Amino acid sequence: MLAEVNLLGPQLLLMVVGGFLLVADLFVKERRILVATAMAGLFGAVLYSTVLLVDGKVGNTAFDEILVFDQFALFFQFLLAGVALAAIGASWETLARIPSRRGEYLALILFSTTGLMLLAGTRDLIGIFIALELSSISQYILVGFHKDRFSSEAGLKYLLVGAIATAVLLYGMAILIGISGSTNLGAISAFIATGNDGVFEALIFATVLLIVGFGFKAAVAPFHMWVPDAYTGGGTPIAAFLSVASKAGAFAIIIRVFFEALGDDLLADHWKTIFAVLAALSMFVGNILAIQQTNMKRLLAYSSVAQAGTLLIGLAAITADRGDTLGAGAILFYLAGYTVTNLTAFLVVIAVYNRVGSYEISAYRGLGRRAPLLAGLLAFALISLIGLPPSAGFFGKLYLFDTAVQSDLVWLAALGVVNSVISAAYYIRPIKVMFIDAAEDTPDMEADADAPRQGSFWPNPVLAATLGLTTTGILVIGLAPSLLIDVADEAVAAILG
Amino acid sequence: MLGDGFPVLSVLLFLPIAGAVLIALLPSERVKTRAAFEWLPGGEQDRAKWLALAISLTTFVIALILYVDFDRGQAGFQFTDTFTWISASDVGFDVGYSLGVDGLSMPLILLNAFLTTIAILISWRVDLRPKEYFAFILILEASVFGVFMALDLLLFFLFFELELLPMFMLISIWGSGERRNYSALKFVLYTVFGSSFMLVGFLVLGVAADSFDFRVIRDSDLAGAVIPLQIVFAFILLGFAVKLPVVPLHTWLPDAHTDAPTAVSVLLAGVLLKMGGYGILRLVFTLMPDVAADADLAIAIIATVSIVYGAIVTIRQTDLKRLIAYSSVSHMGFVLLGVSALGVTSMSGAAMQLVTHGLITGMLFAMVGMLYDRTHTRELGQMRGMVHHLPLIGAGLVFAGLAALGLPALAGFVAEITIFLGAFGQHPAPTAVAIIGVLLAAGYIMWALQRSMFGPRDDKWASLKDADTWWEYSTIGALAASIILIGVYPKIVMDLFEMGVEPIAAGIEAVSAVVGSDPDLIAQAGDAGTSLNNVVDQETTAELVASLEMAP
Repeated sequence: MLAEVNLLGPQLLLMVVGGFLLVADLFVKERRILVATAMAGLFGAVLYSTVLLVDGKVGNTAFDEILVFDQFALFFQFLLAGVALAAIGASWETLARIPSRRGEYLALILFSTTGLMLLAGTRDLIGIFIALELSSISQYILVGFHKDRFSSEAGLKYLLVGAIATAVLLYGMAILIGISGSTNLGAISAFIATGNDGVFEALIFATVLLIVGFGFKAAVAPFHMWVPDAYTGGGTPIAAFLSVASKAGAFAIIIRVFFEALGDDLLADHWKTIFAVLAALSMFVGNILAIQQTNMKRLLAYSSVAQAGTLLIGLAAITADRGDTLGAGAILFYLAGYTVTNLTAFLVVIAVYNRVGSYEISAYRGLGRRAPLLAGLLAFALISLIGLPPSAGFFGKLYLFDTAVQSDLVWLAALGVVNSVISAAYYIRPIKVMFIDAAEDTPDMEADADAPRQGSFWPNPVLAATLGLTTTGILVIGLAPSLLIDVADEAVAAILG
Repeated sequence: MLGDGFPVLSVLLFLPIAGAVLIALLPSERVKTRAAFEWLPGGEQDRAKWLALAISLTTFVIALILYVDFDRGQAGFQFTDTFTWISASDVGFDVGYSLGVDGLSMPLILLNAFLTTIAILISWRVDLRPKEYFAFILILEASVFGVFMALDLLLFFLFFELELLPMFMLISIWGSGERRNYSALKFVLYTVFGSSFMLVGFLVLGVAADSFDFRVIRDSDLAGAVIPLQIVFAFILLGFAVKLPVVPLHTWLPDAHTDAPTAVSVLLAGVLLKMGGYGILRLVFTLMPDVAADADLAIAIIATVSIVYGAIVTIRQTDLKRLIAYSSVSHMGFVLLGVSALGVTSMSGAAMQLVTHGLITGMLFAMVGMLYDRTHTRELGQMRGMVHHLPLIGAGLVFAGLAALGLPALAGFVAEITIFLGAFGQHPAPTAVAIIGVLLAAGYIMWALQRSMFGPRDDKWASLKDADTWWEYSTIGALAASIILIGVYPKIVMDLFEMGVEPIAAGIEAVSAVVGSDPDLIAQAGDAGTSLNNVVDQETTAELVASLEMAP
């Protein structure tokens, strides 16, 4: 029993720290202390996981496989802890605006992170549901946290659409449990393998319901309607958190469920086709809608729908000779690259907003002149999102497209590449506004003494440090991708070995 | 040899990047920083341009040493520098950092170093954000080096894409035309569109050969490709055809040229277009010789259309820069024609055309740039008798114009005559039509020169000062000297190109000879073709063909 609880340690630690923050909020008014506590909790969780890893606990399970501690779960624990750290780092100024509710805010981020970590490390449908709800409900509150009109509307919308998606997901799970008589993914897989005559249609139906439910969490078109509202209505740090953490958790559980429980060849043929179609649809919908945006947050929101489509390519990819892990490994690699890239973009957006008070792309005019470093970082992140070298996005996309070609899905790879071209059209626009439009304005700007300049754009130290870390991540993954490819590959091998 | 153990190509590749970073880090001309950096000589602009010149000259010297040191007796790649960058063979995603040069790429590398130095010289008066400007020029140089050196498809693609952002910035920030933003974006989108198809083709080839290394793919049996090789061929060709450019994918070029600053026009015409021609030779025709052997006539016809259409459109231009840009379309058609004829002669002519067009058109753009600096117009109708007012610039323009229309003893003649000699046997009809392009070229160049340079004096321009600075003198002198040198002694470049294209031509010949002989042999053709490809490096073409004829 103790050994089982031990495996749950990292998540338990986060829950305890979160609970402590809720209470501490009443007594501690110092922003530094609260933030430091939350960050310490995350570091503690990472440390705990590392100790478990060094201790040789990898591969152990607890509570009838409701908790699995494998390399796959570990990969996501580290990734999600990193995202949560970045989101808290990005919230420094937000916290200044909510003096009385700092503890709640931080605690909710920790709870949501815990839920997503559990999601990546469970092999049981009930476990999945609990983890999903823990993370989702925290996120609903976080989106509506600011209590103004937009925030409340976004929170409510997110809650309603999320509830419907959860219902659909539950329905799918119920069918699976009803057919197989088990909530365990391994048992479901074994049941399907022993013969599924007569229930195959039901299995397909359940699979489709699961795709819809998870597709909502992953922000895949056509289940993306909540995305632009949740991103723009809620705080920007929360949008950053949703855009990467929620996506990472969703893809973790999609990979886990579909490869562990529904990996049956015949069934896989069906869901792979569905994912291929959804990938194409999501890329087109996200990119085409993003082109029209004039608001940086909405642009990033739609771009994240397109990026979800790109990630789905990995799910559709499967090869006979290199095994099922091929596409999944590429997804994990791309996710890590996308995480640092998107966080960098959001962090700059926050830094700029803190100074100029606008998310409109036109507000970035001349930023290349006034704050070359910030503008350069944003440009670098956008280049990585397009998939141009030398960045994480370049190799991420290349790897995903390569897996598609290896799986005879040349058409899907081609659509992916074409969509990268479409996305270039809107990712380049902020770069143009920042660097090129400035040239035309130079005389005016010099005269305009009130225009904010470099010095005043420096973000607060917490934000700056976070930004430094994420940018380093883009460069490192872009220049030395080998290590991460290996790690991602091993993580996936833990599922499909 | 110099390359033994010493990563000289990496040095060449990373020197401009390091230089760009250094220039970007130079202190800027702000009030606050001025006091702290008073000990540095010159202003922001001086420091940036002198540093850029020093770095580009260094790369030129290194490239020149490599050129001299290049072993002309040894086929295959030299100065190779290889290590595995991404090692993930279990998922089929190995990317090698492999650099190397052979006879085909060596002259192009020298050309790039040379023209970048020229480009920095003619940018001597750029005073708008000079640090960024010179940093971007150097990054551009590095990415072109990378394209010509890479021996791995994905590394090649990386450098091919890396050039986009500096170009976008250079055209849209320092460009002259009013529509420069539009032109810059058009350039980027066209290139990305073409290279997206190219990337799909690369991936298919890489998956079929289980490696992205050129040399491995060349020696592999590609029959297992997931889509027909003909489509892969078309995809990759499309990417390079946009870059070359080939009609009807050329419309970005006149816009980009018209709106780009002079130095960028020189680099665009001088080296960036060359990446297209180089890619067709190095990748399309080397890696898929069997498809190339079938598609040659179609490509020859496309080339001819490009040549003639480009020339006809050129005649109608009244803006000097646009005129030269359209003439580039026509001249690059000759490259494609030479390649499509599949022989050593025509292909080395095509490669030669890459270099000569780079020098000649580079010079034309440089002269037009100097002219524009003084007259602030490029309209032919505005100019008259300019040689009287600006004798040196006028003479330079006339000289470059004569070279462009193929005057013997100048560089352009060598390349075009070689292409025609090589291509006529293979494609008589398209070649005959293409020769019309040469006549038209004589027409549009002479007409343009006559209208602008010659004729009576125009007092409007009497006050203009001719070229009188050291950097203008050296630009004109260096370009003219190189054009004359290649014109009278083409062997110094031609030798290398013949060496470089020999394996390509031999590979194609091997495939078509085997397939053409006997139906029973077709089954063996695949094996023979691949094994023959292996020996191409060691054996001469003659032996190869002889051994083939003995096979039945």
